Amino acid sequence: MNINQRIFLQFGICIIIFGLIGILINNLTINLVRTGLGFNFSWLFKPASFALAEHPLPYTSSDSYVWALFIGWLNSLKVIFSSLILATFLGTLIGFARTGKNSLLGLISAGYITIIRQTPLLLQLMFWYFVGFLGLKDNMFIQIKNIFNISNQGIEFSGLTFSSEFLALLLGLSIFTSAYIAEVIRGGILSVSRGQWEAFRSLGLSERQGLIRIVIPQALPAIIPGLTSQYLNLAKNSTLAIAVGYSDIYAINDTIINQTGRSIECFIILLVSFLILNLLITNTMEIINRLILKSRKYS
Amino acid sequence: MEPIVVAKNLTKSYTKGLRALDNVSLTVNQGKVLVVMGPSGSGKSTLIRTFNGLETFDKGELSILGIKVDSTHDERKIQKIRRRVGMVFQQFNLFPHLSILENITLAPVHVQKRRQIEAEEYGMYLLSQMGIDSHAKKYPSQLSGGEQQRVAIARALALKPKLLLFDEPTSALDPERITEVLDAMRRLAEQGMTMIVVTHEIGFAKDVSDQVLFMDSGKVIEKSPPNIFFSNARHERSRKFLNQLDKH
Repeated sequence: MNINQRIFLQFGICIIIFGLIGILINNLTINLVRTGLGFNFSWLFKPASFALAEHPLPYTSSDSYVWALFIGWLNSLKVIFSSLILATFLGTLIGFARTGKNSLLGLISAGYITIIRQTPLLLQLMFWYFVGFLGLKDNMFIQIKNIFNISNQGIEFSGLTFSSEFLALLLGLSIFTSAYIAEVIRGGILSVSRGQWEAFRSLGLSERQGLIRIVIPQALPAIIPGLTSQYLNLAKNSTLAIAVGYSDIYAINDTIINQTGRSIECFIILLVSFLILNLLITNTMEIINRLILKSRKYS
Repeated sequence: MEPIVVAKNLTKSYTKGLRALDNVSLTVNQGKVLVVMGPSGSGKSTLIRTFNGLETFDKGELSILGIKVDSTHDERKIQKIRRRVGMVFQQFNLFPHLSILENITLAPVHVQKRRQIEAEEYGMYLLSQMGIDSHAKKYPSQLSGGEQQRVAIARALALKPKLLLFDEPTSALDPERITEVLDAMRRLAEQGMTMIVVTHEIGFAKDVSDQVLFMDSGKVIEKSPPNIFFSNARHERSRKFLNQLDKH
């Protein structure tokens, strides 16, 4: 392809992209005019007039939409960060079991990874919610001296209560993501050459010592990028909360769109919320990655 | 005196009926140097790797420093052996994220539970023996191949082993770097270290070894003193192999 053809092709691609954007903006304006709503955010400060089952901060239905959205964002953060920790813990365990010497553990974890990765997350969430929690008896399914109580209402643990919606989402997201994290961990471990294993073994180091001192430090640079993308997926997958009735930011946005018809504004809010959240995750992981690379004094 | 290594009828088969080791028997006494030669795939690496438990075997008996292991590959016995047997690899296998000195003190500190200072002192002594003490604070990637391999030898010596295993220690080196590694090995032999060396270096084998073991297809073809092996090998297969080596 000569240079003229290349310029012509790129010019053509630009025209197509701008054309498509133009059509979208045109449709949007037509619809905004037809609904007669206009584009503004002043409605955010009107009372939301819907109840929220779960609110980490005080909330009543007379509070504003913006407060309801903030509560939703907090609910999202709560489930995302607790799933992130649980998924990392589970994924690391399974990843090590998968690569370890014990063939039974290896087989079990391979089975776990296969089943979890080959079924839709939505189905798994439904399973944990309807089979896992709503399947339990009304009250006091398991109760230990009023300290620990599991029922179809959720889990109560010395004053702290976790709703069954939250728990179903937490379990579903953590288990789903842990299967992917396990594969990331396995990939990282396998990226360390066999020679390194043979070297530490022939020095009389135990498998555990070798993992901690030799394998993991070398595997981390290969693990962190994969882990970051799994964390981002987890954050985005958390919007499936709506399926089990957990009031996350997406579910609350959905309710508001139904009430007010402000879909454009709500989508912008949603977009910005997730952008902020995911940029936070990406940057934190980038900092961790840099610290690891910095501590490596070799190339 | 108990020999350092006694192997009786070691046999290791792969799934397709191929034998990596086929009835291998040998004895290595204290202070002796055994050189193992043979074409690639002859089982020589597999053989010395069974001596510190990096490879298992299916049949036969093995006794290393009086510790008997069999096909069950008892982990505790293997660990005991590994604490007294050093190994040097073709690809050096230094730990790239640890400094040269840390590479050497790792096992003394974490396996033998010696004090850090004590391990470092001995590590520096070993490095000076190898002529590379000025590199102690550097990382493996900053060293040449020959220097890395000498670090690997120092690392293997750090546990004060009774036996050293060398798996083609000079095969990954530039020709001009080979001598410095072979010289270090010669000095160890002079100090009375018991060594088993898989190598193609005829000069080293002639000068240093007490016995040459020639293997092909997992079998021991011939075991002779070096003066006989290199001038008048008993077996046709050995002579053919030596002719091939000479051409290079």
